[in-house]
Amino acid sequence: MQRLLVLVVLALLALLALLASGCGKEPARGATLAEVRQRGEITWGSDIAGGEPYVYEDPEDTSRIIGFEVDIMEAIARRLGVRAKRVQGHWPNLVPSLERGDFDVILNGLEATPERRERILLSAPYFIYGQTLAIRKGDPYRSLFDLTGHAVGTLSQTQAVDIINLVKGVEPRIYEGNEEPYQDLERGRVDGVLLDNIIADRYGCTPKRPQITCVPYDVARGVYVVGIRAGDDELKAAIDGAIAAMRADGELERILRRASLWDHRQAEPDTGTGVKAPQRAIDPEMLGQFLTSAWVTLELSVLAFLIAVPLGLLLAIARVYGSLPVAVAARVYIELFRGTPVLLQLYVLYYGLASVISLGPIEAGVLGLGLNYAAYEAEVYRGALLAIPRGQPEAARALGMSPLQTLRHVMVPQALRIALPPMTNDFVSLLKDSSLVSVIAVIELTKRMTIASSELRGWLLPGLMCAALYLVLSFPLSELARRLERRLAGDQRPHAL
Amino acid sequence: MISVRTLCKRHGARAVLEQVSADVERGETIAIVGPSGGGKSTLLRCLNYLETFDEGEIRIAGTTLVPRMSRGDVRLRELRTRVGMVFQQFNLFPHLTALDNITLAPRVVRGIERARAEERARELLDKVHLGDRAGAFPHELSGGQQQRVAIARALAQEPEVMLFDEPTSALDPEMRDEVMEVIRDLAKGGMTMLVVTHEMQFASDIASRVWVIDQGGIAEDGAPARVIEEPRTEVAREFFGRLRRR
Repeated sequence: MQRLLVLVVLALLALLALLASGCGKEPARGATLAEVRQRGEITWGSDIAGGEPYVYEDPEDTSRIIGFEVDIMEAIARRLGVRAKRVQGHWPNLVPSLERGDFDVILNGLEATPERRERILLSAPYFIYGQTLAIRKGDPYRSLFDLTGHAVGTLSQTQAVDIINLVKGVEPRIYEGNEEPYQDLERGRVDGVLLDNIIADRYGCTPKRPQITCVPYDVARGVYVVGIRAGDDELKAAIDGAIAAMRADGELERILRRASLWDHRQAEPDTGTGVKAPQRAIDPEMLGQFLTSAWVTLELSVLAFLIAVPLGLLLAIARVYGSLPVAVAARVYIELFRGTPVLLQLYVLYYGLASVISLGPIEAGVLGLGLNYAAYEAEVYRGALLAIPRGQPEAARALGMSPLQTLRHVMVPQALRIALPPMTNDFVSLLKDSSLVSVIAVIELTKRMTIASSELRGWLLPGLMCAALYLVLSFPLSELARRLERRLAGDQRPHAL
Repeated sequence: MISVRTLCKRHGARAVLEQVSADVERGETIAIVGPSGGGKSTLLRCLNYLETFDEGEIRIAGTTLVPRMSRGDVRLRELRTRVGMVFQQFNLFPHLTALDNITLAPRVVRGIERARAEERARELLDKVHLGDRAGAFPHELSGGQQQRVAIARALAQEPEVMLFDEPTSALDPEMRDEVMEVIRDLAKGGMTMLVVTHEMQFASDIASRVWVIDQGGIAEDGAPARVIEEPRTEVAREFFGRLRRR
């Protein structure tokens, strides 16, 4: 078994190495400006998921994309003498997409961090923001340093994550959406939220959230810049020139004022160059973090399955043997939980029902995955119950066994035997589905991989570690199930065809 | 011991059993024969209410069965501990050993403790000549062995009546004898039994009476020698004639 595992890991390594060795071809370096001029068009990558005020669908005409960055990009393009053409990208992957040549530049809330500066070219800033700390009114915190021993929420892949990581003892809680960290701040699940002032002003410190207040001075400042492929120095010079001209003739101010984004920060040039994130390598600490998050994945999956199996069995029995209303109720449960995304169910459980029951992220994850998988298990057990020959319950009845005794001693043991292979399948699938729990700020294995890959600025090693750990978790389990199956197999051994 | 009065069972418009009345005394062995589709198995299964019926009444081992009793009726469960049933397809529980197949019902239905139930089960396995296969799973046993375990399983509830629904039909000829021998021993021991069978020699050997069932009714009822050798009805004559020609 161990030898087989080693073999599998080696094969995987070989495959990944092959992929990484670059079967993809990179665009020619340094020629982008010439190409843009020739085409008469500059393509720019952005993600409408970032929402208002950056780049978003016009609520009055959803086929139109608007936002202050659309205006800025169009102004830059006009000054280069070309048209601007937007390309939809996935925000966390905008930099790799740029490097692949999916578009000519990035203009979408791209923060000027030292890491990015080492990887691609960054233009002069077109916007200066402050990192704003939001707290609950009445709490005594005034800075990140007051929050040691507390959890502080922020968005993944932002400069704020690096800032929180710089302050020892503050636990970062990493979210995927703008609303969620502030909701959890209200509920007391975190004690602070650190995000830039654009997000803080729009989602956090608004009249809609009277309990939340923003600490009035910036924790740090940063700038939004245009991202340009390494080597395209001519393009960078052209864009820098355009931005400088816009700043000089007031067009930049007009655009920002129209979006209610003009503030004192814009007139205070020469802000810091951003926080340099602590340099990470694959050290024992990172390995420890991977093991911890693998443990979280295992814990989530095992506990969720411990809910899914008995509940699924109950649902299957209700559907097969229950009276009409009971069977219908079971059917409704199964269709509801199987027919809607588990992601949505986790959201409802953690955020939607927060005012009714305030669950911790792990509890909500376990419960959400457990309730969801119960619906799948129920159908597995239903099929298994129906596969048992009619003579079995009949023989039990003829011996004087009650319906309950028949279920307990004759039907369920045989059904579980039949259901063992699909159950193993479902558990392995659950191990990986547990990564969805990262939407409620749990750092499990997949999330750890994305965090590590941004810290290490590469996917290969974190990806390999992540894959290896998932295999280490799932393989022994499959093996155990296989042995159990063989022990229970009896007359279910395969017949010759 | 058993008294059946004007029993009727219908499938839609078709009558499966029509006005059947019969009596069985303690210690009798009844062989039930007749053309297939005549209602033999249905009558047998009505006796422990594995099949429901529409009219009439059955008194069996001190319990009165009437139409429309609920499935979970406690009286039915009690009755079934006193009336054992052996099926054509054995229906052993595949996930349990021979021994556990036998001890399951005594333990969970009658609350007999494991050690005592197992002691009794081993006696029964000896009785059906399988004393050495207690730990075997059903799939490790031949058909004849499985059927003998099934008989021991039914006997473990200490029944007063045993019902056999074509106990040898699913077996190869060489295995039939070992099963029939066990049933014969039971008959000698004075067990009240009803056996649906196609084995005429077996029927005439063990039965105190033979019922010929056709078209939902008992066409003929009498001592085996008389019914088999000198059938009075056309149905019986034709049925036995066909068997002899084979």
